[in-house]
Amino acid sequence: MIELEGLTKRYGEKVAVNNLTFSVRPGIVTGFLGPNGAGKSTTMRMILGLDHPTAGDVRIDGRHYDQLKDPLTYIGALLDAKAVHGGRSAFNHLLCLAQGNGIPTSRVHEVLDTVGLTAVARKKAKGFSLGMGQRLGIAGALLGDPRILMFDEPVNGLDPEGIHWIRTLMKSLAAQGRTVFVSSHLMSEMALTAEHLVVIGQGRLLADTTMADFIRQNSRSYVRIRTPQRERLLDVLHEAGITVVEAGGEALEVEGGKAEPIGELASRHGIVLHELSPQQASLEEAFMRLTAESVEYHAHSETASVPRDWGADWKGA
Amino acid sequence: MAAVQVIRSEWTKIRSVASTVWTLSLAVVVTVALGMLISALSRSQFDRMPARERLNFDPTVVSFAGMTLGQLAMIVFGVLVVSNEYSTGMIRTSLAAVPQRATFLFSKIAVAAALALAVGMATSFAAFFLGQSLLGSHRTEIGDPGVLRAVIGGGLYMTLIAMFSMGVASMLRSPMLSLGILMPFFFLISNILGNVDATKKIGRFLPDQAGSRIMQVVPRVDDDTPYGPWGGLGIMGLWVVAALTGGYILLKKRDA
Amino acid sequence: MIEAVGLTKRYGDKTAVYNLSFQVRPGAVTGFLGPNGSGKSTTMRMILGLDNPTSGTVTIGGYPYRKLPNAPRQVGALLDAKAVHGGRHARNHLLCLAQLSGIPERRVDEVLGVVGLQDVAKKRSKGFSLGMGQRLGIAAALLGDPQVLLFDEPVNGLDPEGILWVRNLMKALASEGRTVFVSSHLMSEMALTADHLIVIGRGQLLADMSVKDFISANSADFARVRTPDTEPQLREKLTSALTEAGGQVLPEQDGALRVMGLPLPRISDLAHDADVRLWELSPHQASLEEAYMRMTQGAVDYRSSIDQRAGLQQPLPPGAQPPMPVPGQGQPGWYAPPPPQQGGQPFTPPQGAAPAGPYGGPAAPGPYAPGAPAGGPNPYATPGNQAPAAPAAESSPQPSAAPVAAPAQTAAPADLTKPEDAR
Repeated sequence: MIELEGLTKRYGEKVAVNNLTFSVRPGIVTGFLGPNGAGKSTTMRMILGLDHPTAGDVRIDGRHYDQLKDPLTYIGALLDAKAVHGGRSAFNHLLCLAQGNGIPTSRVHEVLDTVGLTAVARKKAKGFSLGMGQRLGIAGALLGDPRILMFDEPVNGLDPEGIHWIRTLMKSLAAQGRTVFVSSHLMSEMALTAEHLVVIGQGRLLADTTMADFIRQNSRSYVRIRTPQRERLLDVLHEAGITVVEAGGEALEVEGGKAEPIGELASRHGIVLHELSPQQASLEEAFMRLTAESVEYHAHSETASVPRDWGADWKGA
Repeated sequence: MAAVQVIRSEWTKIRSVASTVWTLSLAVVVTVALGMLISALSRSQFDRMPARERLNFDPTVVSFAGMTLGQLAMIVFGVLVVSNEYSTGMIRTSLAAVPQRATFLFSKIAVAAALALAVGMATSFAAFFLGQSLLGSHRTEIGDPGVLRAVIGGGLYMTLIAMFSMGVASMLRSPMLSLGILMPFFFLISNILGNVDATKKIGRFLPDQAGSRIMQVVPRVDDDTPYGPWGGLGIMGLWVVAALTGGYILLKKRDA
Repeated sequence: MIEAVGLTKRYGDKTAVYNLSFQVRPGAVTGFLGPNGSGKSTTMRMILGLDNPTSGTVTIGGYPYRKLPNAPRQVGALLDAKAVHGGRHARNHLLCLAQLSGIPERRVDEVLGVVGLQDVAKKRSKGFSLGMGQRLGIAAALLGDPQVLLFDEPVNGLDPEGILWVRNLMKALASEGRTVFVSSHLMSEMALTADHLIVIGRGQLLADMSVKDFISANSADFARVRTPDTEPQLREKLTSALTEAGGQVLPEQDGALRVMGLPLPRISDLAHDADVRLWELSPHQASLEEAYMRMTQGAVDYRSSIDQRAGLQQPLPPGAQPPMPVPGQGQPGWYAPPPPQQGGQPFTPPQGAAPAGPYGGPAAPGPYAPGAPAGGPNPYATPGNQAPAAPAAESSPQPSAAPVAAPAQTAAPADLTKPEDAR
């Protein structure tokens, strides 16, 4: 369990994190989302006691990070895959972390095996690819067999198998009753992994809700229906006071509705349905809608559609 | 958090990087080899020296002549031990593993200082005996008054130089910046300040000038230094304490 | 148009790319997929003339890259976002490139605007985040307004807004008739961006087809059916009716059914006949990731992911062990990630699923089932049953005495030691 209370961080005039209050609960994967510069990394660093909060408090299982004895056995974190001395071998890197926290050497071999780095354990970390560095970071997080895990952009640099593996890993860790807190920019990945979401923008809490609620609240949801008895269904729905929109083809759409009552209505009136599918926007769409205000580097989306004119005058030359 | 655990961890850290081996072996080789060279040269040149220099001739100091360069390798060692954590980003991993920053910093410094002391002592004794063996009739013996103190002092001097560098590096964090300040300071500026009459009185309170006093056995003619050999080492010790305190305060206050 | 014919690259004994022939056509976004070490980067480097092929050719618009007249204006590439002199301003970096190929200075400011870096144009690029570096790399690729664009992992380090922007940019570039060739590890992103796919594994071509065909060819479409939650007997009734009619029915984790092999109207009729009310009846296509995994892992039965999820969703009481996957039912459980080294085996199946593969069980790992070591430890090892005695338990108050199971014991190393080139 990670608890934040009124957590605030200022750098001079700039407020990086503004009065954040939320808790990350055990047993589920909690996603931590926000645009670049929203304060995600600062928050994670404050959880680990690396940065000092300007105000407020963050507690791990009720205690401050620096009050934890052997902290790696409480909380394991992957913050930055490159936070490794490149001249040190993967094994020695993990060994010095283990020794500082009273973790036996045998455990180092185990985690190296878990992340698939056993064969390169004696190689210097500077020769590692981004994906291998990421695996080493994950090994470091798992080292103390902690009850709380925190990952910052864990799939960065991993290939599809690696992505699939880390997703399965995080879900299993949560299923074992651990607290899993993961930040990512990959909405489609988050949608598959996280059950709960904490969203921040410009340092403020924008949402702290379940994945399903988040999508429901921040996007259009509707039910798509196909039926060979179109006219009858339209009548029945009209009678029941349900508004129907005609979509492309033979499909009908019921805005914001639930599929269940429509299914019940149809069966009561003996109407055959060929499709009855609740449609929801993607997490990405919902996220974009929520955070549209708080993005730091805006690309010119309009220019992307008209690049034909770029440098038209010099291209012929 | 048991400090013993952290010390073990720091020992693993220090022995698992190549820079430890090459900086320390460079310190040994440069100090000893240069000391031997100067000793051999002094022996052949002794008769041609002016009388005043002959009077001041201190065979122990001559065999330690390599320390001027050898200490630079010790400085690099001290700086890299600390600033490598910052330049590689390892500091975040380290502080997440050991959040008690005092334990972290002082375990690191204890391990590195112990290693520097072992290497420094070995260097000092090797430089002395090999240097003396090349001085022929001008040699001195380890049993002579003040000589053992000077040789042990040589080892302590190298250790304190490394520790001072660790303190400075933990204040400055960047290896380039730390080396860019420490190297010219000890190699040039301190020497200049110590040799120009106007600044001599201040110059001799600088860490290296004060500390190196312990390696002198033969008192200089018209020596008006206001401190003795141990007093000098004590002044150097105060510099080290100041640098480490500064480093600790900044580490404690700063975001990683 | 990029055209590779019999492209082969050997490094000593190692064959990185073998006899690769494909075309990347203009007007579409072509995705380039493959596991780590499958030869994607080598291929891209050969396209750009950075590496020489051992045999075969690759041409852009009919010319090898090095013979291309005014190449920077015809081809733009983002290979490695960090291939920038860190001490140089973003704008100066682009200006150098522009001057090299006679592109006017004004264009530099244009592309900086396009990628949203105009405000940091005068900052040194070493202070850039990964995402900003990526934008700078994209700006460089766009600089010459080229007809052919190559991107290697373009969304790396970008935030959601940046990812959306890159996706739209690539689609827009393709719709203008340009050739856009993108490699990525993010299947979900590829599914949204690419029209066409080229998949390689161990340096050889595995697939060259449209995204739609790829998914259909490598996975089954299915229907999701939900019956009233209040009456579980209806679900049983429907399951047996559907199975009788030849459908394949699997339970989903939220209580719905996944039905394969029956069209939607047929399911509807069967439900009607069985007098079962439906709360949901929706068509689904498998994800690109599923299709990709299925292709690159050989014929491993992918149903396992559903079963597994169902198992893992059960909250375990403290002290309980996670369920043991049943051998033969193809539950992957914990499987080690593929070896991270160059030229790794692309066909690593999930550990637990190895026996389900058609190429031999763990006792005799064939070339396609290298995951399990011969006679090695139990490949079905789950966390828990072989977890370490909770480390430091005596020295720290562990929050639980449960076998706080580490994802221990996986058996990846077998393929790490194998010769990489089985050919």
